[in-house]
Amino acid sequence: MASHKVVFHFPVEQLNRPVISELVRTYDLEFNILRAEVKPSEQGFVVLELTGEEENFRQAIEWVESLGVRTQPLSEDVVRIEEKCTHCSACVTHCPVAALVVDSVTKRVEFVHDACIGCGICVQICPPRAMQIQF
Amino acid sequence: MPKTVKEINDKIASGKVVVVTAEEIIDLVAEEGAEKAAEKVDVVTTGTFGPMCSSGAVLNFGHSKPRIKVHKAWLNGVGAYAGLAAVDLYIGATEIPDSDPANSVFPGEFLYGGGHVIQDLVAGKDVRLKATAYGTDCYPRKELDTWINLQTLNEAVLWNPRNAYQNYNCAVNLGHEREIYTYMGVLKPDVGSANYCSAGQLSPLLNDPYYQTIGLGTRIFLGGGVGYVTWQGTQHNPTVPRHENGVTKGGAGTLTVTGDLKQMKPEWLVGVSLRGYGTSLNVGLGAPIPLLNAEIAQRTAVKDSEITAPVTDYSRGYPYFEQTPPLGSVTYAELRSGAATILGKQVPTAGLSSYSKAREIAETLKDWIKTGRFFLTEAVQLLPSADSDYTFKLLPERPVNGGK
Repeated sequence: MASHKVVFHFPVEQLNRPVISELVRTYDLEFNILRAEVKPSEQGFVVLELTGEEENFRQAIEWVESLGVRTQPLSEDVVRIEEKCTHCSACVTHCPVAALVVDSVTKRVEFVHDACIGCGICVQICPPRAMQIQF
Repeated sequence: MPKTVKEINDKIASGKVVVVTAEEIIDLVAEEGAEKAAEKVDVVTTGTFGPMCSSGAVLNFGHSKPRIKVHKAWLNGVGAYAGLAAVDLYIGATEIPDSDPANSVFPGEFLYGGGHVIQDLVAGKDVRLKATAYGTDCYPRKELDTWINLQTLNEAVLWNPRNAYQNYNCAVNLGHEREIYTYMGVLKPDVGSANYCSAGQLSPLLNDPYYQTIGLGTRIFLGGGVGYVTWQGTQHNPTVPRHENGVTKGGAGTLTVTGDLKQMKPEWLVGVSLRGYGTSLNVGLGAPIPLLNAEIAQRTAVKDSEITAPVTDYSRGYPYFEQTPPLGSVTYAELRSGAATILGKQVPTAGLSSYSKAREIAETLKDWIKTGRFFLTEAVQLLPSADSDYTFKLLPERPVNGGK
């Protein structure tokens, strides 16, 4: 079993199709939607965590891409611009999953990539705007 | 045996000076006592790095042909004060562009302001200067639109009327409905979070609580370069209640600091965006404290567990001066641990002041002194202290229509 956080970008023509529902049934995956945004007449995106057999996950990604859905791993989307971060820690109380934590020795803020769910709250909290999210 | 600043400078010149940071002195005084520590150590270095509103820079951009006496000016769209002379400007950290929607869509983002202009200048970037004037016989020109750069400016002087606050509030939100957006950051309702902003045991004035060494003319680390304390800061408030160790129980002393922007570095002057509030400038500042005697040494050994911040409500208490239930105080040791006990519950804490950067400043200043690049100055005048009658007053508003 493996877990992957992925971003699906839906083209307008697929917005009405229950893609995620078909995907989890066909490929026996568990899903957890972390964030979703669909605007009328625009592309929509969903950030979700998929859990299941590695081979099933691979096939599922192939299938959604065949529908015109663009996919990418979430880890590529939330980034910290290291030279901008001042390690003030203003973000830490706002991160819902403790992906931003202060190291008790160095007093620097560590960004735990794997824990990040891409909610984007930190982006606007960060005073020097060191956090960036791109879908 | 008391020392003098001159003796310490002789030791810097001969490479024999002993310097430790305000963190390192803590254990030394605990183990060997203040008397021994004052004999062994010559200088304790401090540091702080946080958003410091009441910061800005004076810029002289040189005379244009034909000459202009600037009336209104903008740097990258951010208004700069021109009412000084012909081509002198003051760009303040919290100024925002005229076109910024501010809080009309709440909470505003405030992505760019005066603090960012200063950082861009220090980074060597070209900054667009636009100016208008009404024209005079001696200064006939009425418009200007050009690029300026730190190198092309005659003078670029950081001049911050209020920096290095001696202690500060711990901010919470007693409201129930929503997050509030303050200069102390975004605060969750029902005391869901607590923000603080001090380097605590590393902070300059908390290590010299009665201003026995830091005063007018004290040479300091400022924005990555060298600066000076040039006055007490605005809102200087030395007569607040103190603990027995001299530590003020809340915000107290402040410093006006000045320095040549041309020597400074963009990593120590960082423009910041405080959501729903505005822009500011993160300033890196560090002061050396000469250990002239055991008392001064003892004061520099202050530690986070002995420094308290008053918990203050920013939903009603701070803005409206409304009475709130007593919220008590918390130590910086608690605040820095990630959670503090407020109103009987554990509240997650976050800083606005970077402790790791403060540490870096204290280390840098230590290195400068040890390698003979930085000599100490003796204050030419000390700041008003706890025994003065200097206070921070509220505005006595008077009615203007038919009133006296």
